[in-house]
Amino acid sequence: MADYRQMWKDLGMDLELHDQLCEVLPTAFGDVYLSQEDRPESMDYYNFVVSEIHGVRPAELIESQKKGGKVFGTFCVFVPDEIIFAADAIATGLCGGSQFWVPGGEKVLPTNTCPLIKASVGARLEKTCPFFRIADMFVGETTCDGKKKAWEILAEDVPIHVMDMPQMKRQKDLDAWTNEISIFKNKVEEFTGNEVTSEKLSQAIKLINDKRRALKRLYEFRKNENLPISGKDVLLISQIAFYDDPTRFASMTNKLCDELDERVKNNISVFTAGTKRIMLTGTPMAIPNWKLHHIVETSGGAVVVEETCTGTRYFENLVDETKTIIDEQIEALTDRYMKINCACFTPNTGRIDDILRLAKEYNVDGIIDVNLKFCNLYDTEGYFVERALKEAGIPVLGIETDYTDQDAEQLRTRVGAFIEMLSNK
Amino acid sequence: MYNVGIDIGSTAAKAVIMSEDKKEIIHKLLMPTGWSSKETADMVLNWMNERGVNTENSNITATGYGRVSVPYANKVITEITCHGKGALFLNGGDCAIIDIGGQDTKIISIENGVVSNFLMNDKCSAGTGRFLEIMANTLGVSLSEIFNLAEQGEEISISSICTVFAESEVISLIGKGCSKNDIACGVVSSIANKVVNLCGKHNSRSESYFLTGGFCDSEYMCRKLSQKLKKPVVTNQLARYAGAIGASLLA
Repeated sequence: MADYRQMWKDLGMDLELHDQLCEVLPTAFGDVYLSQEDRPESMDYYNFVVSEIHGVRPAELIESQKKGGKVFGTFCVFVPDEIIFAADAIATGLCGGSQFWVPGGEKVLPTNTCPLIKASVGARLEKTCPFFRIADMFVGETTCDGKKKAWEILAEDVPIHVMDMPQMKRQKDLDAWTNEISIFKNKVEEFTGNEVTSEKLSQAIKLINDKRRALKRLYEFRKNENLPISGKDVLLISQIAFYDDPTRFASMTNKLCDELDERVKNNISVFTAGTKRIMLTGTPMAIPNWKLHHIVETSGGAVVVEETCTGTRYFENLVDETKTIIDEQIEALTDRYMKINCACFTPNTGRIDDILRLAKEYNVDGIIDVNLKFCNLYDTEGYFVERALKEAGIPVLGIETDYTDQDAEQLRTRVGAFIEMLSNK
Repeated sequence: MYNVGIDIGSTAAKAVIMSEDKKEIIHKLLMPTGWSSKETADMVLNWMNERGVNTENSNITATGYGRVSVPYANKVITEITCHGKGALFLNGGDCAIIDIGGQDTKIISIENGVVSNFLMNDKCSAGTGRFLEIMANTLGVSLSEIFNLAEQGEEISISSICTVFAESEVISLIGKGCSKNDIACGVVSSIANKVVNLCGKHNSRSESYFLTGGFCDSEYMCRKLSQKLKKPVVTNQLARYAGAIGASLLA
């Protein structure tokens, strides 16, 4: 890795603590990723991004700030990146996927908060995530009680704008979200000093749609009987999508897809015949959370689709690109974003429909409903998800886990038994 | 060729040598797992060798928590699949299995002779053999005694789900002067309740349950579970070997 120590120091990071993270990440990545055989060559780009995850992109963000650009840190797939990019600013994901940051979060949050929130808050307060140091403003949302209160704690340390998420999808709720996006637009304009014109927004809509199209194209390969790429690799790409420059990301991902096209033509599969096709549904998997994918793909399964915020919920549905008036564009944003079926809504039957549809499209053998510990919304909704799947005759395994490795062997037993069960059907 | 099943559990290791036609159990072994699964696996191999069974003349399948520590096994299969197969052998037909192990409790449905669904307890030790061990220790009695005491007692509610908190609760019940019998009954009922909740969540279509694991000697436990589940719960004196038997059948 190039030397970024001066940059990290200038960002006010805790270098000593951060070094501990830098030490373990390459080993984890090597064990989980580089140990795979026959990976597509174009994965080199993503390997490189991970190897310099706290260096290369942060350096770019700092460069843009030097030219007067603003950086917005976001936590959730409901925050419309289009508005941010239309104001010539950059949106970036933030740290939150490692146990490394959890103890820092537990200093201020109740232990029974989900690991994603604890890790995010810990990464900021302990000064071990460059993205959390770089962002000029953070955009939170009211998707769950844990997050709502966590933003109040973060707000003591950083400027934060919170978007008020509706909890239902009636017309008045959709209107409220349109209004929230307008408020957000005003806030972004004020903060950046740049106007979000309809031309700029139109370009930004196209920009983010292109990223979604690239991800969609990538996921299409996983519908093949011969899988030209592992689920782990696709997860990594989806995770990187939250941080990378959208234009470059789309271009690199399309380049990878060109290679996968060739693999499909030559019937290349990275899994042996008889590998069980698994869908994961549930809570997001922020980088570097590769735990369950790794267990599945070393236990006779292949993850072929993720119905999660780091999966299909992130890229499915495009924003209408034909609108030219700002109000209509914002309504088009609402249309697209309110199609995301998150457990924060009541009812959320659309998610069940999505899961059943994806199960068919990706021809899955079984589904793992995986939820981060203490995520009450997804955990409770699991009741309906698992019931619907049983009714549809699709085998399902419910799993609750966190970022620690303590339960890895127990998970291995459950996942192993689940795959054995699918093999005996 | 012999068929050997080795089930290295968290508390006890079980091994079974099955005949070539997979109909007769020729030898069986039960021993504490101890500190090292690897050493236990070596001891199992010695035991096999003493009986003229070796890696040349047998197919060997390992299962249980220590299944990866049996270097001489030909196959490694999870305990869920093995318990399913073993209980089917012992029960003679489809059923739902309640396996109360040293460290986890699982409910497994067997339909048409194969595992159709299963559910395991969470990470914590409530409702497992470990819970009973700790409580027996607190009461100063052995595992077999605790069932005898419980049978003579009246059920006291032990409300804590967490083993550590439940232990404090039991200590305070002792302090209050509650009878040992009643506390023992409360302890056993607490495990039964946890198992019944798990069965409710699992929602098996089966009309009867088959109990495997370390509690299979306790007729009282079967009765208690049966009362609470309102379905027959049967077991078999070989049921603690169910995992090893299943492994030998799959060898």
